[in-house]
Amino acid sequence: MFDYETLKLIWWLLVGVLLIGFAIMDGHDMGVGTLLPILGKDDTDRRVMINTVAPHWDGNQVWFITAGGAIFAAWPFVYATAFSGLYWALLLVLFALFFRPVGFEYRSKLPNPAWRSAWDWGLFAGSAVPALVFGVAFGNLFLGVPFRLDETMRSFYSGSFWALLNPFALLVGVVSLSLLTLQGATFLAHRTEGALQARAKLAGSVLAVVLLLAFSGAGFVVSRIDGYVIQSIPDVGGVLNPLMKEVVRQPGAWFGNFNKAPVLWLIPALAYVGAIGALVALRVGRTLFAFVGSSLACLSVILTAGVALFPFVLPSSELPKASLTAWDATSSYVTLNVMLWVALIFTPIVLAYTGWAYRVMAGTVTRDYIKANDKALY
Amino acid sequence: MIDSTVVDLSRLQFAATAMYHFIFVPLTLGLSWLLVVMETAYVMSGKEIYRDMTKFWGKLYGINFALGVTTGITMEFQFGTNWAYYSHYVGDIFGAPLAIEGLMAFFLESTMVGLFFFGWNRLSKGGHLAVTMLMALGTNLSAVLILIANGWMQDPVGSVFNPVTMRMELVDFWALVFNPAAQAKFVHTVAAGYVAGSLFVLGISSWYLLKGVHIEFARRSFRVAAAFGVAGVLSVIVLGDESGYAVSESQKSKLAAIEAMWETEPAPAGFNLIASINEAEQKNDWAIRVPYVLGLIATRSTSETLPGIREIRAENRLRIENGVQANLALETLRRDPQDEMARSTFEKHQKDLGYGLLVKQYSPDLSQATPAQLDRAAHDSVPRVAPLFWSFRVMVGLGFAMLVLFAVALWSSIRNNFQQKPWLLKWALYFIPAPWIAIHSGWLVAEYGRQPWTVFGTLPTYLSASSLSAASLWGSIAGFVGFYTLLLIAEMYLMFKYARLGPVALQPNQA
Repeated sequence: MFDYETLKLIWWLLVGVLLIGFAIMDGHDMGVGTLLPILGKDDTDRRVMINTVAPHWDGNQVWFITAGGAIFAAWPFVYATAFSGLYWALLLVLFALFFRPVGFEYRSKLPNPAWRSAWDWGLFAGSAVPALVFGVAFGNLFLGVPFRLDETMRSFYSGSFWALLNPFALLVGVVSLSLLTLQGATFLAHRTEGALQARAKLAGSVLAVVLLLAFSGAGFVVSRIDGYVIQSIPDVGGVLNPLMKEVVRQPGAWFGNFNKAPVLWLIPALAYVGAIGALVALRVGRTLFAFVGSSLACLSVILTAGVALFPFVLPSSELPKASLTAWDATSSYVTLNVMLWVALIFTPIVLAYTGWAYRVMAGTVTRDYIKANDKALY
Repeated sequence: MIDSTVVDLSRLQFAATAMYHFIFVPLTLGLSWLLVVMETAYVMSGKEIYRDMTKFWGKLYGINFALGVTTGITMEFQFGTNWAYYSHYVGDIFGAPLAIEGLMAFFLESTMVGLFFFGWNRLSKGGHLAVTMLMALGTNLSAVLILIANGWMQDPVGSVFNPVTMRMELVDFWALVFNPAAQAKFVHTVAAGYVAGSLFVLGISSWYLLKGVHIEFARRSFRVAAAFGVAGVLSVIVLGDESGYAVSESQKSKLAAIEAMWETEPAPAGFNLIASINEAEQKNDWAIRVPYVLGLIATRSTSETLPGIREIRAENRLRIENGVQANLALETLRRDPQDEMARSTFEKHQKDLGYGLLVKQYSPDLSQATPAQLDRAAHDSVPRVAPLFWSFRVMVGLGFAMLVLFAVALWSSIRNNFQQKPWLLKWALYFIPAPWIAIHSGWLVAEYGRQPWTVFGTLPTYLSASSLSAASLWGSIAGFVGFYTLLLIAEMYLMFKYARLGPVALQPNQA
């Protein structure tokens, strides 16, 4: 139905959709986890917070799992090179994530305050650490990652974990952390009441400002650093491996796509609209609008980064021609085609029953509700 | 250069994390259907005790499920972190079922599990039952797709090597899905989970009966578990047999090693019940044998012969030699795509490309490989016999012991006299670990038996790992084992606590 080039482009978009889905859905329960020790003044408060996402965190986490699986299926080069190269960064995320399922499920199974407090911090780490590391990883994509490929396409990574924690990458980490936490704050504002809700609104307002500053700052740095440009590549609709192209580095090249098609500037502009919209909506008490604004920010921040990098997915600072791109790091035509059909069939189904689950569980979670259902809730 | 320590440590880490994961998966697979059975009884009969059963066993299900999810996250990413060359080389095929698993199965299971726990007062009776069913369906669909992926590693159908991308690529998706190796494995594996779930419920119910507490609750749970367990264990055995047949088609080396069959025997081959294995001299010092049985199971005929280990090694020696030719021709072709001679050599020996790669462990430069190195590669093309021989026998032995247990339990349920049989109740209680031991032995047979390959006949394990340092591996193994063990302790603590409490755990002011 589609030619190979179109399929490659569609899959770049679909991976983006999964990452955006992750940020919007898993983002809000990670945000709640990050805010847990900050906004939850007593055990009941914290249980209110946890129970706003209790029925949904597990389904939401699958966005992360599925994004991993989809990258494996659609971009095996990226899956192999990025995850083995950024070994300790990914393990840090995984180790932190371990505390989420267990934290949610086990925390309130015992009344012991020390037990509960330990799991609360586990939930905090399991939410804040991944949110930060994802941004740090994205930041390093803009700087290029030190890896090379040999003739047999085996990848070798020559950097260290600590080198990932450079100032620019940490700034992007602040973007992702504030983005996902804002998502949690607006969700809490919508689903709680009283003093807790007031604190969530305040936190959300602060986070929206932090997000705007960090996003603008990161954008400014990106305009100054070297970007990557493909100098020559065989027909992008053909069967390629990453070593068949030539790549050069140029200052400001990450703005190239925006300059070529100025309409794309609307995407980062939407990030401002979303964050400012969330801020205003929180101030005037329109909590659902705040959540929508925050979700819009998730979408446009991620899309901004993706469009800036396009067609690069994992630029190599050590051997630029080995950089992985949407044209030459993909699966075969057959696999992309099959997987497209799978995505077209199942994504709407997933969205439908997820929406239904939120409808069934809709409504404000109150302190009285927690006390009345002590044994049945998290 | 590949560091063989890193390869070994990567295998250790994968085995450890996968085995931890598979402590929790079987119980999830089995309990989810038992919950469906119990809740269906509630909806149809309207008796509250069945709702309480669903809620109580559901609580234990949740405690187990949390760690299943936790350890499962690792599995989705570990191919990339630790098996990067594998991920590159076969990701075009192997990644697809993993991604489909997420989209088709895990989303369903995970969304429904939330409604299962928190939707009791918000859904109608029928609506909640539907949620429970969808949760069980999602769990089992997950298993289908993971076993399609694993089945492909056992028998890599529907794919071909692409010299431009230097990897295997998918040519026939439906061959991948309907791979006979995967289908038999799926039923065998999920049914083993049903057995685990049943024995868990049977054993804990027996404990209540022995203690004389929660009698009515335990009696009903015991009956449900006994019936479901018999069905499960029969499926495990029948499909285990089918799996054996599939293995004999695709992996003669695994079968020969499981059976410690060193020499090719006249058909139909006998089955070694037990044997004293002498790896060094490639023979059994002694064996207790049952004539004909192996030949009948593995070939479904009385005339087809099964090759012994010596014969398999000799065959592989030839394939390795051809495979080296194919690899050298491929190198030439990559430098000069117009070289017609190299092309015809490559095409002639392409099917043995993987066998040639086996030599890289001994001679990274294949053009320098000596006949002695080829001999070594051929020798190592069959896994060590003793671990396979014994773990297979542990699995089968426990399988039949559980068949007897469930048969007696079901018979006593029908006669309604199991409360008068403390020996049966004790047997059920102390046999709770049995399915787990059998399941892990089974995975050892499946995975260790495939060595020296990650993808049989296609990609050697030695070439599959990431280019990491041994220090990184030690660090990550320590991290995984440390975190998992801590979480496992928390899990066991809660599991024992809630199992001891019994259904009163559902009442307010308890715990």
